[in-house]
Amino acid sequence: MSEQGQPLEVSLAVDLCGIKLDNPILAASGPFGYGHEYRELTGFKDLGGIIVKGVSLEPWEGNPPPRVAETASGMLNAVGLQNPGLKSFLEDHLPSLRGAGPRLLVNLVGCTVEEYAGVAAGLEGAEGIDGLELNISCPNVKAGGIAFGTDPQATGRVVSAVRQETKLPLLVKLSPNVTDIGAIARAAEEAGADGISLINTISGMIIDTAQKKPLLGNAFGGLSGPAIMPVALKMVWQVAEAVKIPVLGMGGIVSAGDTLQFIMAGARAVALGTGLFYEPDLPSQLKAGLLEYMDKEGLRTLSEIEGVARGPKKF
Amino acid sequence: MLPRPFSIYKADPLTGELVLLIEIKGRGTALLAGSSPADKIELLGPLGSGFPTPPAGSLLVAGGAGIAPLVFLASSTEVPQTLLYCARTAGLFACPRRDLDMPGLSIVEATDDGSRGEKGTAAAVLSRRIEGAGAVFACGPRPMLAAVKEICRQAGVKAWLSLEERMACGIGACVGCVVATTGGYKRVCRDGPVFPAEEVILK
Ligand SMILES: Cc1cc2nc3c(=O)[nH]c(=O)nc-3n(C[C@H](O)[C@H](O)[C@H](O)COP(=O)(O)OP(=O)(O)OC[C@H]3O[C@@H](n4cnc5c(N)ncnc54)[C@H](O)[C@@H]3O)c2cc1C
Ligand SMILES: Cc1cc2nc3c(=O)[nH]c(=O)nc-3n(C[C@H](O)[C@H](O)[C@H](O)COP(=O)(O)O)c2cc1C
Ligand code: FES
Repeated sequence: MSEQGQPLEVSLAVDLCGIKLDNPILAASGPFGYGHEYRELTGFKDLGGIIVKGVSLEPWEGNPPPRVAETASGMLNAVGLQNPGLKSFLEDHLPSLRGAGPRLLVNLVGCTVEEYAGVAAGLEGAEGIDGLELNISCPNVKAGGIAFGTDPQATGRVVSAVRQETKLPLLVKLSPNVTDIGAIARAAEEAGADGISLINTISGMIIDTAQKKPLLGNAFGGLSGPAIMPVALKMVWQVAEAVKIPVLGMGGIVSAGDTLQFIMAGARAVALGTGLFYEPDLPSQLKAGLLEYMDKEGLRTLSEIEGVARGPKKF
Repeated sequence: MLPRPFSIYKADPLTGELVLLIEIKGRGTALLAGSSPADKIELLGPLGSGFPTPPAGSLLVAGGAGIAPLVFLASSTEVPQTLLYCARTAGLFACPRRDLDMPGLSIVEATDDGSRGEKGTAAAVLSRRIEGAGAVFACGPRPMLAAVKEICRQAGVKAWLSLEERMACGIGACVGCVVATTGGYKRVCRDGPVFPAEEVILK
């Protein structure tokens, strides 16, 4: 039974830490860019939300090519968070996204706590933004390049700093390249996060045997796509067990069945990355598949099955 | 599976026929080659920005499978132009001769090993003819394009290069397919695949 009481109509709507989504399907940060190209191609009507590509305080050039490579059931990318910076995002991208339909979340990146906080401060009050997603998989320059998201204390520091700069719903996006994902999620929750999103890509590489060297310009990249889904699903489950705040699940989703697995593991909503490359029309297919499942199972809202695979909620 | 990028080889707006010329390289191209007439394939396009219309006296330089977009380009005009169709060896001429039978188009074939046509690399064959060329349009492996760029720069001839890069979205969203240019990284799938030679930095 849904917490808000049973609506009469079947509805895909969900509340993701205060962000009211028409449906639980979002575009993940990165693959979708700032949305302009997919808007031309498929429109936005089937997406509950869009998480735009990482925005940093100053423009970032990104990594040398090649930046992407296909691998078994997935792909590696080493784009290196190329982005035009906060000022250009506000002037050149945000205006056309305002009122576009789906809720708009902005993914924040930085190399220092101050940079992260600076982006959050710069976005505060900008019209049309419904939430922030803090990408803590970036290298922590001051701590010698170790990702913020691999250490609970560093996670706590960066989340607190951003929390102080924003009143918007704040999701913290976790890296899977850690030993204890629950501990990082709890650190984010304690520091004021409103939701957790996961997983970012899994670190990996590919070697070009003809050239006898790494294929990607950056040597190492991040693995995404169906290959990572079992890993992502387990981590969503673990995080849903570890925290009370809602979870946005992602990693390899290419079907309505995949989406249901994430919801049953404890995700409130899901995001699509690599799946959009395989099938730009994926959001509409997922929506149809979810509605068909709800009809068959007699569900009115997806909250009825959120975390159901884990058994009765512990709190 | 990620989509595969291909050039348009022939397109007939009257019949709606679209022809691709595909070299079998790995899994994706093998699957396409093995498909039968009843199979459904998904196609997204046309994408990106192509070659401008060649002026009279242009040289079209094709290296191996790079022939595909140049055949399409040649079909866009009837002004006199010359296609330098180059490959490493005789077995690599994928394009049937009858497809090159077009008004205004002369053809020079060349191989690195001399097994068909003139002997010499695309660069050598181009160097012999660059004097007085209207413009150069090239598609082929990166090292060939780098050589074409240099030859055209020295001769003061305007050149356009069609580049390849590994792609994911194909529409310009993911910035996965970039090439270094004098104006920073640009997307091959959207800003290209055709770039003015002087703009791109080819290593
Ligand atoms: C703009 C553009 C136009 C092209 N036009 C043609 C054409 O008309 N005819 C033709 O035969 N080939 C063309 N190619 C090259 C063609 O895309 C690759 O040969 C093909 O993607 C190989 O796929 P595969 O699955 O057989 O090989 P695999 O090696 O199994 O492919 C693995 C991955 O690498 C990518 N990849 C491998 N080689 C290349 C390459 N050279 N360029 C880009 N991505 C690559 C694939 O797309 C795939 O994602 C073009 C490439 C680009 C970028
Ligand atoms: C090309 C590409 C670029 C990405 N860029 C970002 C980014 O800028 N910020 C971020 O937090 N995650 C980024 N990601 C990670 C995705 O948002 C997502 O977490 C990951 O790809 C797993 O989902 P998927 O398997 O559905 O792609 C990127 C992924 C890809 C494939
Ligand atoms: S392939 Fe995504 S931007 Fe070119």
